[in-house]
Amino acid sequence: MHPAPSVIIFTSLSGLGFGLLFWLGLGVLAPTGWVAFVFFVIAYLLAVGGLLASTFHLGHPERALKAFTQWRSSWLSREAWASVAALIVMALYGAGLVFFGTRIALLGWIGALLSIGTVLTTSMIYAQIRAVPRWHHWSTPAMFLSFSLAGGALLAGEIMIALPLLAIAGTIQVYTWIDGDSRLARSGTDIASATGLGTTGTVRAFEPPHTGTNYLLREFVHVIGRKHSRNLRVIALASGFGVPILLMLLPFSHMLAALAVLFHLAGLFASRWLFFAEAEHVVGLYYGKR
Amino acid sequence: MTQLPPPSSVKLGLVIDLDTCVGCHACVVSCKGWNTENYGAPLADEDPYGADPVGTFLNRVHSYEIQPDEGAAQLVHFPKSCLHCEDAPCVTVCPTGASYKRAEDGIVLVNESDCIGCGLCAWACPYGAREMDVAEKVMKKCTLCVDRIYNENLPEEDRVPACVRTCPAGARHFGDLGDPDSDVSQLVAERGGLDLMPEQGTKPVNKYLPPRPRDKAPEYDILAPYLEPVTDTPKGFVGWLDRALSALPGGE
Amino acid sequence: MANGQPDLDLSPKISDEIRQTTCYMCACRCGINVHMKAGADGKKKVAYIEGNRDHPVNKGVLCAKGSAGIMQVNAPSRLRAPLKRVGPRGSGEFEEISWDEALQIATDWLAPLRAEAPEKLAFFTGRDQSQSFTSLWAQSFGTPNYAAHGGFCSVNMAAAGIYTMGGAFWEFGQPDWDRTKLFLLFGVAEDHDSNPIKMGIGKIKERGARMIGINPIRSGYNAVADDWLGITPGTDGLLILSLIHCLMKAGRIDLDYLARFTNASCLVNEDPDSPQNGLLLRDEEGEPQVIDRRTGKLAPWNGAGVEPDLSATWRHKGVTHRPVLHHMADRYLSDDYAPEAVADRCGIPARRIRAVAGEIARVAFDEAITLDREWTDFRGVTHKTMVGRPVSMHAMRGISAHSNGFQTCRALHMLQILIGSVETPGGMRFKPPYPKPATAHPKPHCKVTPGAPLDGPHLGYPHGPDDLCLTDDGRPARIDKAFSWENPMSAHGLMHMVISNAHAGDPYRIDTLFMYMANMSWNSSMNTSGTMKMLTDTDENGEYVIPRIIYSDAYSSEMVAYADLILPDTTYLERHDCISLLDRPICEADAVADAIRWPVVEPDRDVRGFQSMLCDLGARLGLPGFVNDDGSQKYADYADYITNHIRRPGIGPLAGWRMGETGLQDGRGNPNEGQIDSYIANGGFWMSHVPGEAAFYKPFNTAYQDWAVKMGFYDSPQPYIFQLWSEPMRRFQLAAEGEGVRQPPDHLRARIAATMDPLPIWYAPMSEALEDDGAYPVHALTQRPMAMYHSWGTQNAWLRQIHGHNPLYLPTKIWEANGFAEGDWARVTSPHGKITVPVAHMAALNEDTVWTWNAIGKRKGAWALDDDAPEATKGFLLNHLIHELLPPKGDGMRWSNSDPITGQAAWFDLRVKIEKAPAPAEAKPALPPIKSPVGRGPRSLAWKVGS
Ligand SMILES: Nc1nc2c(c(=O)[nH]1)N[C@H]1C(S)=C(S)[C@@H](COP(=O)(O)OP(=O)(O)OC[C@H]3O[C@@H](n4cnc5c(=O)[nH]c(N)nc54)[C@H](O)[C@@H]3O)O[C@H]1N2
Ligand SMILES: Nc1nc2c(c(=O)[nH]1)N[C@H]1C(S)=C(S)[C@@H](COP(=O)(O)OP(=O)(O)OC[C@H]3O[C@@H](n4cnc5c(=O)[nH]c(N)nc54)[C@H](O)[C@@H]3O)O[C@H]1N2
Ligand code: SF4
Ligand code: SF4
Ligand code: SF4
Ligand code: SF4
Ligand code: SF4
Ligand SMILES: [Mo]
Repeated sequence: MHPAPSVIIFTSLSGLGFGLLFWLGLGVLAPTGWVAFVFFVIAYLLAVGGLLASTFHLGHPERALKAFTQWRSSWLSREAWASVAALIVMALYGAGLVFFGTRIALLGWIGALLSIGTVLTTSMIYAQIRAVPRWHHWSTPAMFLSFSLAGGALLAGEIMIALPLLAIAGTIQVYTWIDGDSRLARSGTDIASATGLGTTGTVRAFEPPHTGTNYLLREFVHVIGRKHSRNLRVIALASGFGVPILLMLLPFSHMLAALAVLFHLAGLFASRWLFFAEAEHVVGLYYGKR
Repeated sequence: MTQLPPPSSVKLGLVIDLDTCVGCHACVVSCKGWNTENYGAPLADEDPYGADPVGTFLNRVHSYEIQPDEGAAQLVHFPKSCLHCEDAPCVTVCPTGASYKRAEDGIVLVNESDCIGCGLCAWACPYGAREMDVAEKVMKKCTLCVDRIYNENLPEEDRVPACVRTCPAGARHFGDLGDPDSDVSQLVAERGGLDLMPEQGTKPVNKYLPPRPRDKAPEYDILAPYLEPVTDTPKGFVGWLDRALSALPGGE
Repeated sequence: MANGQPDLDLSPKISDEIRQTTCYMCACRCGINVHMKAGADGKKKVAYIEGNRDHPVNKGVLCAKGSAGIMQVNAPSRLRAPLKRVGPRGSGEFEEISWDEALQIATDWLAPLRAEAPEKLAFFTGRDQSQSFTSLWAQSFGTPNYAAHGGFCSVNMAAAGIYTMGGAFWEFGQPDWDRTKLFLLFGVAEDHDSNPIKMGIGKIKERGARMIGINPIRSGYNAVADDWLGITPGTDGLLILSLIHCLMKAGRIDLDYLARFTNASCLVNEDPDSPQNGLLLRDEEGEPQVIDRRTGKLAPWNGAGVEPDLSATWRHKGVTHRPVLHHMADRYLSDDYAPEAVADRCGIPARRIRAVAGEIARVAFDEAITLDREWTDFRGVTHKTMVGRPVSMHAMRGISAHSNGFQTCRALHMLQILIGSVETPGGMRFKPPYPKPATAHPKPHCKVTPGAPLDGPHLGYPHGPDDLCLTDDGRPARIDKAFSWENPMSAHGLMHMVISNAHAGDPYRIDTLFMYMANMSWNSSMNTSGTMKMLTDTDENGEYVIPRIIYSDAYSSEMVAYADLILPDTTYLERHDCISLLDRPICEADAVADAIRWPVVEPDRDVRGFQSMLCDLGARLGLPGFVNDDGSQKYADYADYITNHIRRPGIGPLAGWRMGETGLQDGRGNPNEGQIDSYIANGGFWMSHVPGEAAFYKPFNTAYQDWAVKMGFYDSPQPYIFQLWSEPMRRFQLAAEGEGVRQPPDHLRARIAATMDPLPIWYAPMSEALEDDGAYPVHALTQRPMAMYHSWGTQNAWLRQIHGHNPLYLPTKIWEANGFAEGDWARVTSPHGKITVPVAHMAALNEDTVWTWNAIGKRKGAWALDDDAPEATKGFLLNHLIHELLPPKGDGMRWSNSDPITGQAAWFDLRVKIEKAPAPAEAKPALPPIKSPVGRGPRSLAWKVGS
């Protein structure tokens, strides 16, 4: 899949933002006043910024409201609902903390649920796509959720929570790579089933339908070198999880915490880039590509 | 209408004969022509005279080589457009309802005025049957020429998709695959029509007729009697000629 | 919203008006419905093009090019006004001028030539469809130097068909698609008869009949063939003669048919002392003799009731004269033609050759079909039924574009005739006005008289040395050396030699080269880079060696840059044209038909239909036939000519709606001012059906002959029999043996004697003897892409997305031997040149053959494309590797790379070697850009006329 910057930024940042909101809502940390304000601003910048980024890849952002209509079947529509609901509920909850210094726990719990629910809906947008076997798996929501929770905790400065969650998220990440690498092959979809021509012999794509490129190739076929991908994985794992864990094991300092967050973010971007770039859409089979 | 309607009894679709398709691209261009002038926005082309022309096409013809275990490699031309799946994942993922499957005949369409151009339906389609228009930024796909097949301004015989009407080899057939007695259903039954990527669970309505076995001419052993020599020499030939001619009507 | 779905308008209006005319994107000439809609400015514009269901050629279907016609009519590459060259030739620097100025320039150049030396004008037209008109113009001008493109295209196929059986394929003949049970296709990728062939293959498939593809490359039609014989290029003749060997040996030939309808029964003069040696024995009236089975005596072939004997011989002066069939037995029963003897050379196992022969035998004779239709032959014999041998064959440039192509095409026809499958049900059928034997065609003419027309038509069918176009000292009279000893039977001329000969001044120098619709500085020339040099070469005075070049094109092609004066044509939807029975009509086996084009849109530029322009120029030059007695212009435009020109009494360009004594009639008649309107009202064509009893055996069938006379194809019945033994060829061979007064130059004697055999033979392609097999082991071919027409599909925004560049396809053997991988490039070298090009792998390919799509590569700056268009950076031409002359063989001569009989350009004789090469920035040779006289195309396109 084409690793579109807008989608990478959106999923990464909004995941972090909603993760932070989750922890805030849960009351694991219950700052008030200015401190709360700063936390909420950060969370909202990430979550809303991410959402805004996602509208960049819409052809007709002016019609975005229509995306709320199909919640019965569409995860994208559900995401729209969940995110708006989460943002509203958490806004109320945050207002309580910032302006009134009170924590309305029920509102927080609902907001937390909606926040993490938003991340789930986002992940389900990908996980539901059967045409991308690498994504079409429980590990996709598991990864999104664990990343969001770990990143949120990291942002919240909840080291004791962040440490194990980062470890778990890192593990899930490694699992998705290893298992994901063979999912296309295991999916049962190959050039033979794509063309129905497999019974006669080995099928090979000969001439593509057009010598030039097209929307499908630009959107779905992204070839990245094996070596390149291995290096990036190391970077994503080290930067996203290894380094932050190490940094947090050192005696606490705000500098280190900020550094941990930055490393995590860089790793997260790398991971997301790989999430898209390495995902093989089965349509590539028609072009003899992956 | 993002949810799929209950399965319709009429299932309009195409049957494409891979034994006959010569790969001429006629269907590709007539589709481009018809759908540029008709349903929705024109199918645009970017950089049409430059280094990297990219246009929207609703139907494209691939080609594949097959290497059998024994014998010469074969080549198959392979047109592909929307298969109007019964369980169309492109429809259910659509957040706006722009993508829908018609309840009455199963045609999968995009209502362009509702489309936000998010591209998700194209992600969901395993077949690459949807393309975002480069200019209009709305999702484009085969309409099964819904503006032809019922069109009362067209003579009855022309109420078929543009690609079917134009196919010089007659490799494209249009009809109701929900009716087991229809010509297309019969063809599918006779020729073992197949689904593409059945494992994707999309239940395509369009079917593909596989190429007939190639290079399976009767072996020479079977044909040998037809070449039983009557002679080995020119002289013998003349002798045979005398005999054969007298055996002809009018021969003595 | 029903069911919550949007309400759709299921019956939108299709268009404001349908205008029916004829497609022009190839020589197939399908009928089209052009849907017109009012655009934003209220003017009607072309909105959609579809096939015309009533049309005899395409019956509603349309190919990719036809459907893309709309992008042709709006192409940014269209020329806008006449152009005068201002920069050096080849630069593409022009200034736009008025038509008056342009025509004045042309007149000033041409009038003196006509007055003093008309041969100094060489007028050559490309693949146009108005040859009966352009040749008339050239004839009136008086130059012998006129031809169209046939010489570099497929004259071998056309001429072999006419000489052998009075018709070839395409518009001349086709398989009986509705009845055939076994179809063999030799060397065809696309063909002129494009849609009919696809429709025919569709019919065969629908019936479950079988098709065998004989082609080194298994794509397109060959991909759908049930069986594929991946033959080694240039060896089809051997394969076919081997099939003939098998069939004759097994006696699986149609003796009755051979006896009655072919010259297999004619007696060959075998008297070594006779000047007629090897010719057919003739009576006083000059009619070839057969032995009549009823009497055992000599009788003329066409005598009433004669039953020609295939077996009986005749002794005269101690010499036995034997029927042609005996000579065939002598030759083809030889073990030289046994499958085992040819298998290696052809690259096809002997068992497969035998299997094909066996299948032909089985289907032809075991599955014969009989129609209960009575018919009477020219000897007055009535036959109760029509017996068909449902084996059909079709072939094209794969066999004809080799230097042994003429004989190979003859061999193919011999095979068809041997099994009795020509003009019989299920076999091959002619399309009226064919069949028409070579003897019914004109002979070539070349007598020049300054200020006066040529003494007759330029092109035709020579029947012996007397018909050659030679000067008094025996040298070629024509600039292309057509009808000279170098290629005596060059029925279509040799367009591919014109520039090279004119540049060399061999046989003489010319002044003005006037060309129409041929991209000679690019894809239609061999030796493309060399051709560009010849076109720009200057003499010691700094003058161009070819002093003046006038060219008519509709688009900004590569050739435009190499002309001095450009006369811009309209596009096909903007002009009148006629697809005439006098030319290359659109008939079907069951119907005679012709058609027109008419301006369904008016040009929005300062351009003129080429033929209309010629009417004007012809009048300015005072050409007889183009001026009235008072010297005024005779035909206002081409439409006027189409309506009013009279070729022979009662015969004009169009056969429909002519004026008779009592009203409108078909075929013959006087001009009718409303004729074109009648065509338009009828969908742009006219058609009349062949009566059922005349539908088969046309050359021999009295009902057909009578109908043909009535329609005006000829003025009296002209039955004939098929010429298995070719006397014209034997006459040339006799001359080479020393017989007769017109003698070939000595250096050509041996070649003529060897190649002009009256019975089909096979010889290795001419280049093979000269090129070292080891050095250039690989055959290199091109194929037509179905969705692209030569160079001009590229300006089409839709089509160029399908074929924007062309890799060289390599077979697995070469791919692996050189360790090629996707994205690699190769250097391809021929004895003549080098190119460096991208490669791709193809397994379904003869293991010693490489190929690419024809004419995809483009010159930078042409066709209003950007300089970095893939056509110019990755696309390439194989033509750089093909020379119009063979490599020197040390005799001081340069032999043309053509068939020695017809002069057909031997494109497919090319041999190369392949090496892996580092990827260059661009395909090589990379030529500098030419300046576009029309600017560049727009950045985006969303073409919709209606709202
Ligand atoms: N390597 C290789 N080379 C080949 C061949 C091959 O098989 N292999 N095939 C050969 C054969 S068979 C042929 S026929 C030639 C074809 O070669 P060409 O006849 O040169 O082919 P085109 O590219 O069609 O060029 C025709 C010209 O006509 C112009 N034209 C198009 N429409 C109109 C019109 O309406 N009016 C006018 N006045 N001009 C118009 C086009 O712009 C173009 O410049 O190529 C030959 N060259
Ligand atoms: N779409 C489209 N249609 C066209 C044209 C076009 O440019 N585009 N051009 C028109 C013109 S001008 C012409 S002349 C015709 C040409 O029509 P075709 O003759 O069909 O044209 P080519 O593409 O030259 O195809 C030659 C075929 O012969 C095969 N071949 C080469 N050598 C041999 C051999 O030795 N033996 C055998 N058995 N096969 C061999 C090649 O593999 C190829 O498949 O097409 C006409 N129609
Ligand atoms: S082919 Fe693709 S676009 Fe068409 S219905 Fe099926 S999933 Fe949807
Ligand atoms: S691109 Fe349009 S049709 Fe496709 S899912 Fe998005 S809104 Fe629906
Ligand atoms: S049915 Fe219509 S829209 Fe679909 S591929 Fe055919 S022509 Fe195109
Ligand atoms: S038009 Fe027919 S033969 Fe041509 S590519 Fe399409 S399906 Fe195949
Ligand atoms: S075959 Fe195609 S290009 Fe040729 S005349 Fe017919 S529609 Fe036009
Ligand atoms: Mo040609």
